[in-house]
Amino acid sequence: MFSSFMTNAWIVGTVVALLAGATGFFVVLRGSSFAAHAIPNGAFAGAAGAALVGVTPLVGLITFAVMASVGIGASRRHRSDVATAMALVMMLALGAAFLSLSAAYEPQVEALLFGEILGVATTSIAPVVIIASLCAAALAVMYRPLLFNAAAPDLAAVRGLNPQRLEMGFMLTLALGAALTVPVVGALLTFSLTVGPPAAARLVTRRPGSALVASMVLSVITLWASIAASYQSNLPVGFFVGSLSALAYVAARVLTQWRGRRV
Amino acid sequence: MHWLFEPGIWSNAAVRTGAGVGVVVATVSALVGLFTVMRSQSFAGHALADVATAGGAGAGLFGFSPLAGFVIGSLLGAGAMEAIGVERVRQRDVATGVVLGGATGLAALFLYLITLSSSSAGSTQSILFGSLFTVSNSSFGVIAVVAAAVCLALAALGRPLLFVSVSPDAARARGVAVRRVALAYTLLMAVTVGLSAIVIGSVLSTALLIGPPAAALRLGRGLWTTLALAVALGVGAVGFGVVASYDSYYWWPSHRALPVSFCVVALVVLELVLVNVVVRTTRRRDAGARV
Repeated sequence: MFSSFMTNAWIVGTVVALLAGATGFFVVLRGSSFAAHAIPNGAFAGAAGAALVGVTPLVGLITFAVMASVGIGASRRHRSDVATAMALVMMLALGAAFLSLSAAYEPQVEALLFGEILGVATTSIAPVVIIASLCAAALAVMYRPLLFNAAAPDLAAVRGLNPQRLEMGFMLTLALGAALTVPVVGALLTFSLTVGPPAAARLVTRRPGSALVASMVLSVITLWASIAASYQSNLPVGFFVGSLSALAYVAARVLTQWRGRRV
Repeated sequence: MHWLFEPGIWSNAAVRTGAGVGVVVATVSALVGLFTVMRSQSFAGHALADVATAGGAGAGLFGFSPLAGFVIGSLLGAGAMEAIGVERVRQRDVATGVVLGGATGLAALFLYLITLSSSSAGSTQSILFGSLFTVSNSSFGVIAVVAAAVCLALAALGRPLLFVSVSPDAARARGVAVRRVALAYTLLMAVTVGLSAIVIGSVLSTALLIGPPAAALRLGRGLWTTLALAVALGVGAVGFGVVASYDSYYWWPSHRALPVSFCVVALVVLELVLVNVVVRTTRRRDAGARV
């Protein structure tokens, strides 16, 4: 399990999980799960477009993820779910058109949707680490404004915090993170990791700082357990990431309810 | 009319069945979707399509009928969302997300097992993106019956649902069982989405559920006008999308047709954008006239 060909999977997986745990904390806090689902899917379409034009997938991933996030972030506060839904279906439909025009090959599509963590090349470690640190830095800068805006939006606006700009900044960070995680764990499972463990962490602890740390730890544990289980059972990593993330949330729900009854 | 309809479009059976099914699904989606948009449940509406996809993949694996797989998967997903269910919008978002995440995990497993057991190339793509042109003529009857049942149920639920959607607090004060109405509506939406996801794919299912009703609501007329507008916009997008997709075969020298899903989604998005632009400019002009 720890043989040399697995080293890359462990390194990249850990970086991706740490980032997903951190962004996921804010996703749950702000109630932007739909955007967190739509942006990685947009990125997937970008990869298909890149294959058609013949440029590196990363360019397509970043372009489309940023386009999706701008579309969502620019929408007004109310009915933002409609804008998100429309951005999502437009991106996916474009992806379908690109695929049918370029006649790309089926396993590649599946790899982009469900991920290929066991096949990470050594050369892709450096870009992953660089982009992840960029996202982490952006989140660190936005940490206090994001918390302030989530806790007391009106007060935050009075104190001169521009909610529209904050939303856009957060969406762009999500986009950058999605472009990074899609090729590794896939569009569909980037999302599981971004919602399940952070939602569980939020239930277990109420203090923002410790919830953030708990979310990152839970996310890393989920991914490690998934890689190990996938290695042992030969079943896809995505299955374990998805079900363990959901399980983490259910366990946290049961735990808090049981704790609440005892008090 | 030759520039619009390329030769042979109406003699093609696949196109005719596809257009018929598309019109039925677009109509039901527009009617049900109006409430989805009003209740800000777009995310749940989309997530149920993906959950239905997991159900469809499971049906393929265990040898059930795909339609049963899609609808049961979607109903189970709706049940799970309501079980986690919470009243506040922000937490509803998390409940939907957790169910969706778990279901995609299952979909990954089922699709993997399907590719192991048979080399059915293209199954992932057709489950995700669907294709109107591959609907068989025999499933048309089943789809029409289910669609009619959904419309009847919606009509029965209509009044309390509208009340609850417009102002939940007033409805609760007047003794409407808000929670039960919400559950009934979510289940109805699950059947609709499961049905449309199997016929036209999960992407197009969301587009038809959200796009036309959102555009119709933006125009802001009475209830019946809005419903009629939503249906007209949905059916229009499907009709022109089918024609465009058929014609696109002749657009490039390489003769690669654009997928129907893409054409219909592009039209739905175009409609929404146009409606937004029109509404914004007329409102501005009205405001100017008043000053």
